[in-house]
Amino acid sequence: MSALAPTTSGLRFASVTKEFPVRGGGTLTALSELDLDVGAGELLTVVGPSGCGKSTLLDMVAGLSTPTSGTIEVHGREIRGPGLDRGIVFQQYALLPWRTAQANVELGLEAKGVPRRRRGAIAREHLDLVGLTGFESRYPHELSGGMKQRVAIARSLAYDPEVLLMDEPFAALDAQTRESLQDELLRIWRATDKTIVFITHGIDEAVYLGQRVVVLTPRPGRIRAVVDADLPAPDGVTDLRSTPEFVALRHRVWEALHAADPADQVPDPAPAGPAAPTRTLEVAHV
Amino acid sequence: MSSALETRPAVAPPDAPAFADPPTLGRRSVHDVARLAPAGRRLRSGAARAARASVALLAFLVLWELAPRLGWVDPVFLPPFTQVAQTFAGLVADGTLATNAGASLVRAGAGFSIALAVGIPLGLVIGWSSRAAQYLSPFFEVFRNTAALALLPVFILILGIGESSKIAIVAFACTFPVLLSTIAGVRSVDGLLVRSARSLGLRGTQLFRKVVLPAAVPTMFTGIRMAATGSILVLIAAEMVGARSGLGYYITAMQFNFQISQMYAGILAIAIVGVAINGGLVLVERRLMRWRP
Ligand SMILES: Nc1ncnc2c1ncn2[C@@H]1O[C@H](COP(=O)(O)OP(=O)(O)OP(=O)(O)O)[C@@H](O)[C@H]1O
Ligand SMILES: [Mg+2]
Repeated sequence: MSALAPTTSGLRFASVTKEFPVRGGGTLTALSELDLDVGAGELLTVVGPSGCGKSTLLDMVAGLSTPTSGTIEVHGREIRGPGLDRGIVFQQYALLPWRTAQANVELGLEAKGVPRRRRGAIAREHLDLVGLTGFESRYPHELSGGMKQRVAIARSLAYDPEVLLMDEPFAALDAQTRESLQDELLRIWRATDKTIVFITHGIDEAVYLGQRVVVLTPRPGRIRAVVDADLPAPDGVTDLRSTPEFVALRHRVWEALHAADPADQVPDPAPAGPAAPTRTLEVAHV
Repeated sequence: MSSALETRPAVAPPDAPAFADPPTLGRRSVHDVARLAPAGRRLRSGAARAARASVALLAFLVLWELAPRLGWVDPVFLPPFTQVAQTFAGLVADGTLATNAGASLVRAGAGFSIALAVGIPLGLVIGWSSRAAQYLSPFFEVFRNTAALALLPVFILILGIGESSKIAIVAFACTFPVLLSTIAGVRSVDGLLVRSARSLGLRGTQLFRKVVLPAAVPTMFTGIRMAATGSILVLIAAEMVGARSGLGYYITAMQFNFQISQMYAGILAIAIVGVAINGGLVLVERRLMRWRP
C-alpha cells in the first residue's frame, strides 16, 4: 500500500515516554517506555483505563506535543510537528461552527493549498463517503452528534493522510449510532486502506474494530497486552458481537484490562464465558 | 424527542449525545419540514414581540402627553409630546436637525473608526500573545474605568476646542471596549479548535485568519456595540461643553434660548440616532454570525 517500501510499518513507537511537570514540583509520568509497531494499513485499537495516557499518545502522534524521550515514526519519518500525513478525529468533533459541513471538510485542503474548484469536489466526495450527501451546506449546529462526527471523519480523510488517528470518536454517541458508525468506519477503512489508530474505552468497540487490540495499564501507561482480534468482516446479517469468537476475544481483552488494576471499576458486565477463564495473557509481540 | 426535533432542529449543545442518528432515515424531510414550520410562526411571534416591546414605550408617550396637559408638570418645562413632535417635524423639514445630526455623526463616526482601527489590531496581537495580555490587561482596565469625560479638559487643553478634541475623546472612549473585548475574544477561543486546525496543517496567519479571528468575532462584537453606544454618549456631552454644531450643542443652545420644545426635539433626535446605530450594528452582527443557532 505505502509507496514507502521497504518498511511496511505505518507507525513505530520506540520507547516513548511522556512526562508532565506537576505544579509544585515533580513530574507525572503519563506514558512509560512504550514500544509498538503499527503495520501500514492496519486498524489498531487502543484500550486502557481513564487517565492512562491514551490521549497523550495520540497528541504526540499528531505532533501537537513531543515525547519526553523516545521517538515516533510515521512511515519511517520521525514526527516533528503536525503534518498532513496524519489526520485526527477528536472526541468532541472540533468542527468550526461558522463553517458549513463542506467548508469544514475543505479546511485541511486549504492549508494544503488545493485550488478552490478541486477543494469543493474533494469535500463533496468525502461527505459522500461518510454518507452525508445533501448535507453539504448545513452548519454544525444543524447536525446531530453522529453527523458532526461523520463530518470530522470526512475532514480528516479529505486531505488523504496516511494515518488516521481517532480519540474515542464515538464515545458521545448513542449505541445505535455508534454501531452504524463503527460499520461505516470499517467500510471506509477497507475502501481506503488507511493505517488507523483508534482509541476507545469500550472493549466491545476495540474488539469489533481492531485487527489488534492494545491494552494499556493504568498510569503510567504501559502496554499490558496486545490481543489479535482479526474477525471476519461484518456481512450485515450475522450479529458478529454474539459469535463465540467475539465473546472469547472480548473476554481476553477484559481480563487484560482488569489484570492491570483489580480496583478499576468494571465498565461492562463480564459475559458468561464459554470456558473457565485462563489467566494467560498474550504477551505483547512488538 | 422527535417532536422536539421537529419544532427546533439542532438546538442541542455541541457535546450533547444525539439520538436516532442515521442521516438516511428520512431525516432530510424532517429538517425541511422543521425549516418551513417556524417561518409562519416566526412572523406571528414577531408581531407579538413587537407589540410587547412597544407597550412600555407607548405608555411612556401617553404619560408624556398627559402630564403637561393635566397640569401634573409645568407645560413650559415639559411641553406635551405632540407639540414636541410638531417641532421635531419642523426641524426635520428646515434641515436644522439634519445639519446637527450630520455634524455629530461625522465626529462620532470618525472617532469610532479610529477606535476600531486601533483597538482591533492591537487587541488581536495582545490577545494572541498571552504574555502581553497578562501585562497589559490591568493597565487597560484602569483606563477603561476612568470616565472618558473626566479627561475632556485635558483633550481640550492639548487639542483645542475644534473638531480634533471631540473626535479624539470619542476615539479614546471607544478604544477600550473594542480593545478589551477583542483581547477577551481571542483569549477565549476554544483550544480544541486551534489544536484541530493545527493538526489539519494550519499555521501562523492562516490559523489566525481562519480560526482565531472568526471564533473571536462574537465576543468582539459586544465591545463594538458598547463602543458605538458610548461614542454618541461621550460626543453629546463634549458638544454640550464646547461646540458650534452637533446635537449636543443644539440642545444646550436651545436650553439657553429657552426654546424648550426645540430642546426636547433635539433630545428625541439623539434617542433616534442611538437606536438606529444600535439597530444597524445588530444587523451587521447577525449577518456576520448567520451560522449561530
Ligand atoms: N498537559 C498536561 N499537563 C499535565 N498533565 C497532563 C496533561 N495532559 C495529560 N496529563 C495527565 O496525563 C495523564 C494521561 O492523560 P490522558 O488525557 O492521556 O488520559 P486518557 O487515557 O486519554 O484518559 P481518558 O480515557 O479519560 O480520556 C492524566 O493523568 C492527565 O492528568
Ligand atoms: Mg483521553
